[in-house]
Amino acid sequence: MADKTIIIKIKRQKSPNDKAYWDEFELPWKRGMNVISAMMDIAANPVTRDGKTTTPIAYDSNCLEEVCGSCAMLINGRARMACSALVEKLDQPVRIEPLSKFPVIRDLSVDRSVLFENLKRLKAWVPVDGTYDLGSGPRVFPQQQEEAYPLSRCISCCCCMEVCPQFNDNTNFVGAATIAQVKLFNLHPSGKVFKEDRLHALMGDGGIQECGYAQNCVEVCPKDIPLTTAIADVGGQVMKQAIKDLFTR
Amino acid sequence: MAATPRIIVVGGGLAGLAAVIKIAEAGGQVDLFSIVPVKRSHSVCAQGGINAAKNLKGEGDTTWQHFDDTVYGGDFLANQPPVKDMCDAAPAIIDVLDRMGVTFNRTPEGLLDFRRFGGTLYHRTAFAGATTGQQLLYALDEQVRRHESEGKVQKYESWEFLSAVLDNKGGCRGICAIDLRSMEVRTFPADAVIMATGGIGAIFGKSTNSVVCTGSAQSALYQQGAYYANGEFIQVHPTSIPGEDKLRLMSESARGEGGRVWVPKTLGDKRDPRSIPESERWYFLEEWYPKYGNLVPRDVATRAIHKVVYEHNLGIDGQPMVYLDLTHIDRATLDRKLEGILEIYEKFVGDDPRDTPMKIFPGMHYTMGGLWVDYKQATNIPGIFAAGECEYGYHGANRLGANSLVSCIWGGFVSGPEAVKYARNKKETSVDGCFDAERKRQEEINGRLVSSTGSENPFRIWRELGELMTKNVTVIRYNKGLQNTDAKLVELLERYGNINLSDKTLWANTSFVFTRQLYNMLQLARVITQGAALRNESRGAHYKPEFPERDDQNFLKTTKAYFAADADEPRFEFEPVDTSLIKPRPRRYDMAK
Repeated sequence: MADKTIIIKIKRQKSPNDKAYWDEFELPWKRGMNVISAMMDIAANPVTRDGKTTTPIAYDSNCLEEVCGSCAMLINGRARMACSALVEKLDQPVRIEPLSKFPVIRDLSVDRSVLFENLKRLKAWVPVDGTYDLGSGPRVFPQQQEEAYPLSRCISCCCCMEVCPQFNDNTNFVGAATIAQVKLFNLHPSGKVFKEDRLHALMGDGGIQECGYAQNCVEVCPKDIPLTTAIADVGGQVMKQAIKDLFTR
Repeated sequence: MAATPRIIVVGGGLAGLAAVIKIAEAGGQVDLFSIVPVKRSHSVCAQGGINAAKNLKGEGDTTWQHFDDTVYGGDFLANQPPVKDMCDAAPAIIDVLDRMGVTFNRTPEGLLDFRRFGGTLYHRTAFAGATTGQQLLYALDEQVRRHESEGKVQKYESWEFLSAVLDNKGGCRGICAIDLRSMEVRTFPADAVIMATGGIGAIFGKSTNSVVCTGSAQSALYQQGAYYANGEFIQVHPTSIPGEDKLRLMSESARGEGGRVWVPKTLGDKRDPRSIPESERWYFLEEWYPKYGNLVPRDVATRAIHKVVYEHNLGIDGQPMVYLDLTHIDRATLDRKLEGILEIYEKFVGDDPRDTPMKIFPGMHYTMGGLWVDYKQATNIPGIFAAGECEYGYHGANRLGANSLVSCIWGGFVSGPEAVKYARNKKETSVDGCFDAERKRQEEINGRLVSSTGSENPFRIWRELGELMTKNVTVIRYNKGLQNTDAKLVELLERYGNINLSDKTLWANTSFVFTRQLYNMLQLARVITQGAALRNESRGAHYKPEFPERDDQNFLKTTKAYFAADADEPRFEFEPVDTSLIKPRPRRYDMAK
């Protein structure tokens, strides 16, 4: 099957203000090729299927092992990481588009800084006194570690936000990834110190009440993070905090 | 000197972020530059763990043992005092990370768990599943975000370092960088600069490294006068998963948890590996190295696999592959300790390694060499420091598994305060227009590239570079092959002069940026290749069949390359190694040390 080829259609856009258009490519099939290696092949020979010379595709990528979270895009309509999208498992022609809920920078590259801003707002860190030697940390039992570890594997790819019907300009919803981080840091023996701050931040505009329980987030998460459980748990914490606020404010 | 030192950190992996935190704590102001959002840095790919002699397993482990293992594993090429300092500091580094909330695996008593790794007989490696690098990077990223929210750190993500701004005395005054979106070139002043720009995997085409690990920044600095040390020492990891776009790492922790490497004893045995009885399998590492078995250091394991595949012709199905087998370990243990890496294998290969042995082969993984630094992480350019994989200080001729994370954090912890100290003691002198001059120099390079009308595609030149370097400058090196390689590198540089950018737009132009990196890769490839040609011995990861023994008489020396601008090529000096603490002795892994 030396002459086998694959066909890829890519939705492109020259800059944030330009109009989107589609380019179609036909590439020699290689065993084990993924969407990233297909785009590398295009870069080495940037010619469309109808013979037009074009520019290499702009896209975000880094580790290519599904841990850096860079290469999220829509592949055949599904939000997923391009590195782990094996071409032989995809229907053809393969349709590739940028994530739709984040501003396009160019082609498949989008601006996802909103997540990092959310993490800042929600104080997603443990406030250590300093990095000098203060002895060992608090004891953590394996059960606690096993609850925290899956949450700390979030790669900030934003797929959960892309597929959430509530994540849009009308609601300002923070999205599942951020809420899962709130759970993670509220679990930690010293991270807890900001628990109330975090819960208050999740009460107002775009807060946890915007979740519509569509459960798309947990379906699409490439790291199988228990996002809906996290939302339910943090929702409970917010509720308790609201009641407590009623009596203490 | 201004009251608040202003320090630029280039690179947002573990070393860079560790430096940022120390600077912020010392009252400095940081400008942090990174090609990718720092949370997406290559440190996330480190899997197995981080070494520290905490001795929580009742084995009598000590920081001296860690130090000795590191120096011995590095075949005595590392200067010893900084290695000792790192090993002494490692237990407290683990504590800091633990306090930051890293989800390290635990013992039933709630203490840190430790696993074994290559090149040691102790359980010395703390780990968070099999995604330890990711967990450590996130912990530091969170702390940096906190300092950012307090106004002590300004991030420049999606900016790439182009060069240092040097004054007429050769001192560093700041950097020149390019905005990867607007393509604007700008200079940034600083009282000191810390380089934490990671690995150089892209020089070898496919490697276990991330896309940003091109070595471009180190190479640019070398071309501006920085020494580059021990460039010829390239670690080829014994167990990677070959792929079309990259080689994916299969962590040493797989062997640390009991994974066994084997091939069928019979050439061309086509049976399902699970149906091949024990007596017909060859566990060659266990046979050749009875004391360390599957946990010999990486250079040793890599050469053994090469030998089995290319000399014994016993690769699986005649292909360059051997089995890495975990199927004798129960699923629950595998999931608890190794899930992250098993998931990678499952996703990218399609087989479940809990049921069927993995097929692996060595792949370029790490550079022991890098920017030359002194014991305070300072390069020879006044005001420029370096930390992490981009510098050469800690691993000698071969790095032990799980020592990279500790060397990154330690390098950051040393360089941050040293940069602040340097900034505080610096005298004000005039800048003599050096910022404008450097910006213009970079803009001219960009202008030439954009108006180039040649015929060479940069991505194709890169593929040729990668194939050339992987073939001749990795596991086995011959002087003839090295000389031919350098001649070909010169040819590639000539062809680079005839480049054709298929994208000449000035917005988020990734191929333009890549083409700039490619030039620096080619220059650094010559340093690696010529350094390997000059070193007529075998030591650690550097192996020449023509010179199979270590030669301390002539080569117990650090290779220092510098750029001769007029000749456009590297020149070399050699510097004695500080072996004041442990006397060099033969390095053997078939018996206990």
